[in-house]
Amino acid sequence: MTEAVLNAPVARRLRLPMGDLLPILTVLLVIVGIWYLGAIRMNAAWERDQAARAGVELTLPDLVTRTLSQDRPVLPAPHQVAVGLWEGVAGQAITSRRSLVWHAWVTLSATLAGFAMGTAAGILLAVGIVHSRSMDQSVMPWAVASQTVPILAIAPMVIVVLASAGVTGLLPKAIIAAWLSFFPVLVGMVKGLRTPDAMQLDQMRSWSASRAQVFLRLRLPSSLPYLFASLKVAIAAALVGTIVGELPAGATAGLGARLLSGSYYGQTVQIWAALFAAAILAGVLVALIGLIERATLKRMGLAR
Amino acid sequence: MSALPILGVWLGGLALNIWLARFETRVTRTLVAVIFGATVILLWEMVVRIYAVPTVILPAPSQIADSFVANRSILWTDFVQTILRGALTGWLIGAVAAVLTAIAIDRSPFLQRGLLPIGNFVAALPIVGIAPILVMWFGFDWQSKAAVVVMMVFFPILVNMVAGLKATDAMQRDLMASWAAPYGAALWKLRMPAAMPFLFNGLKITTTLALIGAIVAEFFGSPTRGMGFRISTAVGRLDLPLVWAEIVVAALAGTLFYGLVALIEKKVTFWHPSQRT
Repeated sequence: MTEAVLNAPVARRLRLPMGDLLPILTVLLVIVGIWYLGAIRMNAAWERDQAARAGVELTLPDLVTRTLSQDRPVLPAPHQVAVGLWEGVAGQAITSRRSLVWHAWVTLSATLAGFAMGTAAGILLAVGIVHSRSMDQSVMPWAVASQTVPILAIAPMVIVVLASAGVTGLLPKAIIAAWLSFFPVLVGMVKGLRTPDAMQLDQMRSWSASRAQVFLRLRLPSSLPYLFASLKVAIAAALVGTIVGELPAGATAGLGARLLSGSYYGQTVQIWAALFAAAILAGVLVALIGLIERATLKRMGLAR
Repeated sequence: MSALPILGVWLGGLALNIWLARFETRVTRTLVAVIFGATVILLWEMVVRIYAVPTVILPAPSQIADSFVANRSILWTDFVQTILRGALTGWLIGAVAAVLTAIAIDRSPFLQRGLLPIGNFVAALPIVGIAPILVMWFGFDWQSKAAVVVMMVFFPILVNMVAGLKATDAMQRDLMASWAAPYGAALWKLRMPAAMPFLFNGLKITTTLALIGAIVAEFFGSPTRGMGFRISTAVGRLDLPLVWAEIVVAALAGTLFYGLVALIEKKVTFWHPSQRT
């Protein structure tokens, strides 16, 4: 993940020129086509079984229509997922426990709280690291090494332990989200605050700028492109962290709990709908940061 | 009064590090990092002992080490099940599939322009969420875990490999053309080696993802072994030292996995500027 953050300003140009629209749509169409074929193939066994038991001979068109409209398909067809998603979003009162909007809100609030905490901590520590050599040498190797540790995998444990300590609700999930979004921000911000080269720093010195002035007028502005790139990684990580944090048994709210209850009761359409809700949420959050990034960098004259 | 020794150790470590950080040598740099880590563990042990923190909330490092030694055989079974069978198999399959896909779409800019934005988008999605579905399809054993890992590592590696295959400059390609090199030769002798730094970047990023995928997928159903299974059942029995021992194994495995890939990278891309010291 470290490299992902460091290369982010170069590698992540998500802006889409109109010329790419046709290829993207083609690939999407192919994916949907494969999905339909897969749905027919994977659901066919059950239909054939049913037909054999009833002693009915199934014609091919019959088989196809039936496999695409099962109640609990092995792989729901795209339109079934779309219907499930639509009913979850628009078909319920927002306060209802069956509403995806409500579950998404539970997840979103924890994600944003954790993201804010993690980002603040990451930026503060990065400032400390850039200004103190001993902190740099002590903390940085561990911060980089910690990237290779599958922190996310212990998220459910953190939830249970905090619950036994009496901390429940939004906070435990937010802590996991904060922990996950902390490292990308830290690494990206340290890199960003160090981008000013010797010439620029000498220029500041020749103007006899104080440390605070060097920080506010040179280091901070030049770190912003790196900060935004790592914020995009961080918010996606925060969302994943929150969803995994909702997995332990007992959680009843949030997209992660929706995934888990769907898998317990074999409600495949519900799983897929929750999955797509999470994907849309992630897309919206990343796009939102991209929007803020473009507006900010444009005002600073840094936009490409 | 009981806070005094804790403060003492903390300030001692801090002062030592501030003093050591003034020498900019390789040895002191390593020393500073090691002292920092040791101080954290020492403080952890002292806080837990002096304030009698219940084991349920935070076990002391010594308890974790005891549990690690006592449960060696369990930890080893879990390591084999989750890391070697689930994560490593899935990672290898995903990596090979991604590299082959990248080469397959290499001659079609149309497909690349279509797949890359989608790949970039998918890389930001919470793909772990697909775990319950894959567990339903492939059963409880390691096959479903490997499938989750394949899904998680495929797109990051694909995106990096496609970018890598484009990393040659016009002059190098012209040289190949002036030698009348056929497509295959140019790919094998010029563009594949040039893509290696990018490929290894993707491979390194995905080592962590592979472990996460394999462990998290076990929360949705697993045979009675595996790190994810052990973590969730040990939490249920409030056997926190065992949980932390599993975490230590995961951390060691993650670092080792990453280090191994980095080592191979060093052998393969020895010519790249970032590898020269």
